[in-house]
Amino acid sequence: MVSVCMYFQVHQPHRLRQYNIFDIGKHQQYFDDEKNREILLRVARKCYIPATNLIYNKINQLGGKFRVSYSLTGTFLEQAQKYSPELIRLFHKLAKTGCCEFLSETYYHSLAALYNEEEFKQQVGMHKKLMKDLFGQSPKVFRNTELIFTNRIAQIVEQMGYKAIIAEGTEKILSWRSPNYLYQPAGTRKIKALLKNYRLSDDIAFRFGNKEWKAYPLTAPQFAQWVSADQSSHCINLFMDYETFGEHQWATTGIFKFLEHMPNEVLSHPNNEFLTPSQVADKYQPVGEIDAPYPVSWADVERDTSAWTGNDMQRSSLAKLYLLKDEVESLQDPEALEIWRKLQTSDHFYYMCTKWFADGDVHKYFNPYESPYESYITMMNVLNDFAIMRQKKRREMTASSLSDSEAELDTQAQESLQPEAALEEFQTQLVPDAVPELQESSVILS
Amino acid sequence: MFGWEFPPLSSGGLGTACEGLTTGLTNLGHDVILVLPRPLPKEINGKLTVKDAQRYATIDLKRLKTIAIDSPLQPYINTREYAAWLEHHKQILHIKLDKQGELYGRDLFAEVQRFALLAQRAAIAEDFDVIHCHDWMTYPAGVLAKQASGKPLVVHVHATEFDRSGNNGANQQVYDTERWGMENADRVITVSYFTKRQVMEHYGIPDEKITVVHNAVEFTNPTGDRFAINKSDKVVLFLGRVTLQKGPDYFIKAAKRVLEHQKNVKFIIAGTGDMLSRLIEEAASLGIGDKVLFAGFLGKEDVDKAFRMADVFVMPSVSEPFGITPLEAMRNKTPVIISRQSGVSEVIQHCLKVDFWDVEQLAGKILSVLRYAPLHKEMSDKGLQEVHQFSWNDPARKCVDVYSQLQPMRVLA
Repeated sequence: MVSVCMYFQVHQPHRLRQYNIFDIGKHQQYFDDEKNREILLRVARKCYIPATNLIYNKINQLGGKFRVSYSLTGTFLEQAQKYSPELIRLFHKLAKTGCCEFLSETYYHSLAALYNEEEFKQQVGMHKKLMKDLFGQSPKVFRNTELIFTNRIAQIVEQMGYKAIIAEGTEKILSWRSPNYLYQPAGTRKIKALLKNYRLSDDIAFRFGNKEWKAYPLTAPQFAQWVSADQSSHCINLFMDYETFGEHQWATTGIFKFLEHMPNEVLSHPNNEFLTPSQVADKYQPVGEIDAPYPVSWADVERDTSAWTGNDMQRSSLAKLYLLKDEVESLQDPEALEIWRKLQTSDHFYYMCTKWFADGDVHKYFNPYESPYESYITMMNVLNDFAIMRQKKRREMTASSLSDSEAELDTQAQESLQPEAALEEFQTQLVPDAVPELQESSVILS
Repeated sequence: MFGWEFPPLSSGGLGTACEGLTTGLTNLGHDVILVLPRPLPKEINGKLTVKDAQRYATIDLKRLKTIAIDSPLQPYINTREYAAWLEHHKQILHIKLDKQGELYGRDLFAEVQRFALLAQRAAIAEDFDVIHCHDWMTYPAGVLAKQASGKPLVVHVHATEFDRSGNNGANQQVYDTERWGMENADRVITVSYFTKRQVMEHYGIPDEKITVVHNAVEFTNPTGDRFAINKSDKVVLFLGRVTLQKGPDYFIKAAKRVLEHQKNVKFIIAGTGDMLSRLIEEAASLGIGDKVLFAGFLGKEDVDKAFRMADVFVMPSVSEPFGITPLEAMRNKTPVIISRQSGVSEVIQHCLKVDFWDVEQLAGKILSVLRYAPLHKEMSDKGLQEVHQFSWNDPARKCVDVYSQLQPMRVLA
């Protein structure tokens, strides 16, 4: 019996607008609503709407034998609600079929798991509430941003009550073993890990439209045959970005036809079935242990976190950002908290990656900036403006709780903080030469 | 190949490109005959004859043969500079000139013609398959050689008259020679897409006749450590000819904007040119005279020192066919900001790019590099890696591709 388990990642960041260094202190809009709207509508038209309709019809046509799961980020759903509410209705419709499971993750698609455990738990809680509110489901299976996974993350997630966690089926944790079984993360009691079969997943997600590929063009019967080849497998986990359908692989590659026929072909083998991650976790037991003392992810050939934390620009800006938690919370200002969290979205740091930059590969495709340096400059300018904004808010707070004479003094101080002067003052304070080295693993594994 | 300076006298420019390409071609197993003007000795004792002026020296190496023809032609010489040279030498060569008539062309164009005839005569005695010449002063030689031999002609455009004149006051005679050379060539090679567009727009050469071959850069001598200098100020460097083409005025305007926000910055302009006095005045009138230092022309060693001393190098060129100096800066681990109106911006990634006219963006990026230490570090490290990936074998290979597509002219019986 082979259980095929499909999960699609749906995410959109709140991209930043180009924030010039001379704008520091002017508190202009940080996020590029116009561009974000444009991209969301484009991807909705090319991918989200046609793919979701297709899957909905397929579930009905196959009488509930086709099952899928999604991880929808909070930042995606916010933008969908704002720019294309039809999308929320489509996913809601899908939820009601009973054949669609929604997974849990951080609301902001952040790297909080690596930097701040408390923040991580709060964002997972926010996302869980959103799933309940929008789709009436309480997620039982967790997937972390970009499938970033460590033993410690599995342990925290287990404590939070999840029955399963999703990770990349990389040799780094599997060595010679097959990803087509459940495993037990080291140091956990009962949580089960579902591992991505990256060969079969990437056949669809990356290689499908590649004319150089020896299996090109990939047909549904061929793929069904690959899936069914080893009947001793428990589960074949096909995990990918939802944009695979229509955006990364254009409609002209035939990707929608493939999605249309593949479920029928898989089910034409009598021993095959489609299950959601929860159902897989209920049905099977782990066959062994996986040990991930250091983070693994589904990104790049390295399958590590170097795409987000590989250089000093990334490490220092992440460190600066996460150090703000207490301060931002002490303001008790929902706007500041929301800005801080939107800045945590991993994409902002992915854009700063210089690893493969000169080779012009996949990183460039997803990068709205001309270069990683531009994205870092934008983030730093925003962080510096945000610092001035917080200082003003702090002064307002203290001013309101002070006596009249003191408040007056403070107002004077506030007036003296003209944007230009503030820029001067804060640049020197906020941008020290020394880069605080923050070892991801040391935060988590201490 | 009708080329320049072998070995090259200064880094960058035509001489370096010719040397690189020649080396690349010989590395790939091709034989090169390089015909080039040879500068006259500095001291002439006044006994030069017409025959002397027509002589040439031949050096035969393994795959490379050079034929050097005595001529005062040198890269980028203009009519005024040539006239000055001639005037100077007329004094020295006074007697002989009276007796023999003119040893050298009476103006730059006549000298180009004279060189062309001699070069063609020397070259035609050799055995070759294709003619390749570099920039307009060698085009007449190339065309003559083509007419005499029936072999295909490739002209290589490193710069056009529009770059040199900064888009105003282009010399008509130079333009005509360039256009005539390109029209008579079987293929035109440009050093960038930027230059290709100019060749199409200003010279009316069709798209399919032009191939882009980006320059490379190879460094043999090791990079020294960063120049240890006791400085409390940050240093922003401009290095190049101080002419309209190189955009030094935008550099000054950006300096003004930067200094409004940060005081401890010095702006250094290294190089000379016809805009120098205007710039000095402008810096003074903007009230930043004490912050802008004019270093004059720097020798090779001082150039490296200047790069190492600088916290950021800026090339705000208005029109730059390729532009090799940013690569020199990167090699010295100095972050670079370059204008998009340059060929080099087509081939390097680990830098910041701006439109030359966008002073606000330029100033913002200068400030960012000065203030954000991780940005400075990453650009320095990755920039250094990037410049070492270049090899002259790559452009040489592309030239060979071009050669192999060309057929010799059928000589009519």
